[in-house]
Amino acid sequence: MEGAVEQKTSRSPAELVALVEALIFVADEPITSRTMAEVLEENKGSIDAAVEQLQNEYEARESGLQIREIAGGWQIATRTEFHEEIRAFLKTRPSAKLSLASLETLAVIAYKQPVTVPEILEIRGVQSATSIKTLLDKRLIVAKGRKETVGRPMMYGTSKEFLVQFGLKDLSELPSIEDFEDLVS
Amino acid sequence: MSEEQEQFNFDFQHETAEIVRDSDELQIKIGDFAGPLDLLLFVIRQEQANIFDIPIARITEKYLEYIQMMKRFDISVAADFLVMAATLIEIKSKMLLPRDPLAADDEEIEDPRQELVDRLLEYEKFKTAAGMLYERSTIEQAVFARGALETDAESAEVDATVFDLLTVFQQIVARHIDEVKMEIEREEISLADMIKTLKQRIFAEQELSLLKFFGEMHSKRELVTAFIAVLEIVRTESVRLLQKQTFGDIILRKSEPPAVAGG
Repeated sequence: MEGAVEQKTSRSPAELVALVEALIFVADEPITSRTMAEVLEENKGSIDAAVEQLQNEYEARESGLQIREIAGGWQIATRTEFHEEIRAFLKTRPSAKLSLASLETLAVIAYKQPVTVPEILEIRGVQSATSIKTLLDKRLIVAKGRKETVGRPMMYGTSKEFLVQFGLKDLSELPSIEDFEDLVS
Repeated sequence: MSEEQEQFNFDFQHETAEIVRDSDELQIKIGDFAGPLDLLLFVIRQEQANIFDIPIARITEKYLEYIQMMKRFDISVAADFLVMAATLIEIKSKMLLPRDPLAADDEEIEDPRQELVDRLLEYEKFKTAAGMLYERSTIEQAVFARGALETDAESAEVDATVFDLLTVFQQIVARHIDEVKMEIEREEISLADMIKTLKQRIFAEQELSLLKFFGEMHSKRELVTAFIAVLEIVRTESVRLLQKQTFGDIILRKSEPPAVAGG
């Protein structure tokens, strides 16, 4: 293949699929194709093809697991259909949800990042200090430096944890904010 | 409404407030408005008003009624709600003023409601977006991934035990026996001061090599004081003892606080 990285080992496609599966399994965070390509000394194209093959295999045999793309990488996770039984086994309850105020603040930050506190106030019409603290504590947002205007206010943006908790591949997976315009006659 | 309370299991599906007639009494169930814009949107919907042509007098009246209700039911009304009330009254006044007779006929007059409408529409988008995020997180809670495996690679520096600490200390003492000159006149540093110095160093440098720190001590007594200071710091402060290699140097590191800055 032209432009392909020289492969040190000659693996069969099936073996590559198996290796990719093993790596995704042990990774404690979503793992990128690039990382796997480096570790296995393959080119990224082969890795992507292997992942796709793996996904197809899982779907074909109706596995309880899925290979999904989240926070910029690949992850093996359970299928949503089985959450009740799994929860019964793990004996966990759904974690505490965010308040409406925090969710609104988070939405503003997600769509307008990097954004300052006064800018958030402008849109929401309320002081958001409590929400921001909560979101920082939950590591859903991070400080992203200061804006070079009067007062040099701190700017905020979403974190990787945000992508993970809301099941997003990356920020572009968020629907356009214009889609939320209420169609009023 | 005070923003202080974090609500769990907030139900997005239902209206935030409703008035219920129960025999003779007017019962009011008031939900949690996320802010004055939220309340205003609610009022506009309740009154079935056209947001692009807000009947400002009626809406202002209703809005104020709600504020009064909240006060009466001892619900604390945040200042932002009152600012909005003032804004509404101001807009209402402007609407009542006669047209400026000196203005040219074709001159466009800005609708005093326009800015408010723009703000409301903008806010509504984000309120809906928040609902979307809520749904996404609910779905996400139904998906499970396996937790992290314990590996050495995960924390290249393994937490050191007290025995490791003692070993490093013994190394230093052994080294020191050759170097130290006992000066009886010298004023020895107290434990309290040593702890203070150590805290300041950690705060400034985030990380401190124990080999280096112990190496700076001038006498055996100072060494012992330093050792006790380190034990005390580990006990009382949020610091960690880390060791890269077995029998290697031990690093004293400030523990990370929960909010991490930077990209």
